[in-house]
Amino acid sequence: MSDAINVKNISKIYPGFTLKDITFDLPKGYIMGFIGPNGAGKTTTIKLILNMIQRDGGTVEVFGLENIAHDAEIKEQTGVVFDNHYFVDEWTLNDINRVMALFFSNWQSSIYQKKLEQYQLNPVKKVKELSKGMRLKLMLAVAFSHDAKLLILDEPTSGLDPVARDELLDTLAEFIQDGEHSVLFSTHITSDLEKVADYITFINDGRLIYTGIKDEFIDSFRLVKGGKEDLTPDVKAHLIGYREYGSGFEGIMYTEYANYFPNLLSEKSSIDNIIVFTYKGTNGL
Amino acid sequence: MKITLSNLSGIPIYEQIKDQIKSQILSGELKEGDKLPSLRELARDLRISVLTTTRVYTELEKEGFITNIQGRGCYVLGEGSELLKEHMLREMERNLSDALKAAKIAGLDISEVHQALDLMNEEKQNE
Repeated sequence: MSDAINVKNISKIYPGFTLKDITFDLPKGYIMGFIGPNGAGKTTTIKLILNMIQRDGGTVEVFGLENIAHDAEIKEQTGVVFDNHYFVDEWTLNDINRVMALFFSNWQSSIYQKKLEQYQLNPVKKVKELSKGMRLKLMLAVAFSHDAKLLILDEPTSGLDPVARDELLDTLAEFIQDGEHSVLFSTHITSDLEKVADYITFINDGRLIYTGIKDEFIDSFRLVKGGKEDLTPDVKAHLIGYREYGSGFEGIMYTEYANYFPNLLSEKSSIDNIIVFTYKGTNGL
Repeated sequence: MKITLSNLSGIPIYEQIKDQIKSQILSGELKEGDKLPSLRELARDLRISVLTTTRVYTELEKEGFITNIQGRGCYVLGEGSELLKEHMLREMERNLSDALKAAKIAGLDISEVHQALDLMNEEKQNE
């Protein structure tokens, strides 16, 4: 199985923040959710993959190609959707058609026009007149019009209403149908990923916590709950992170440990809870 | 093929799908030679991971319910399949053992169990 992305031990040092030794692989034909709290380093990692900033260590390959040496080749085949769009506000959607044809050798105007129609975007409108959801659709239309094999989305769903988010998930599921297209999708709205993602990469405070199959990720944690008296030092030592309240506590534990404590209520955790309690745990909250 | 998933049941998604396909094969709703949707179609339709549908089909294949023909897709195996027969045999043994346990609790001896079974069989054949 060939991979769309191979990231190996990459690091980036900023004053006050270090992204350290991030390693993961995205196999071709699958969707990977890239999760972690704000400030964990998700956008930094994505920028390193796209060669938008210089890395301080490690290697990145996209479609098996070293990402700096093959920058142009990779960009031809990669569609990018950022929280902030990268178009000029004054451009109309027709202008974008002309400009993108200069950027991408494989640009197809006819597909772009078809996509605008499908997404109900008026080609004479200016970028600044579009709503957030419409801008997202515009970026997707651009990605599809240069036949991107890889979509990288950075927080695409923040600020979108549930209907628009739902449509996006449909679009992504459709995109990977042929097994040749792949998606890396960073988000903190994890309910979007709970179902549709195949793989999960979870980072916290610049470090990799987990990368692998989503179902295994969810299965490897349990949400445990108990009364105040159940929170013994032994239980505490095995909790990754927890929250105490008047009548008891709840927290996250590795599934293998949760089985040692049959007196605790143990249930399947949401991705949200895994992130929240891991954050609390590593930050000593 | 009909699949309805519950997010609240606590049963893993792959297990829900597997059970539903199995029972449709056993009830005859899905017949020998019927083509199942592709892994990616099913994942898209149910809005779940391709890896989940892969696991379902792999396990169904191992248990002898379906066969994967390279490049053509997954097909339902008929009741004639050896693996399926074996599976049904185990299923029957499990049910009979439950029946024996119940009979023991009720204080019935084995001849009464035999009688009940014969009676049931007659009724089934008259149906």
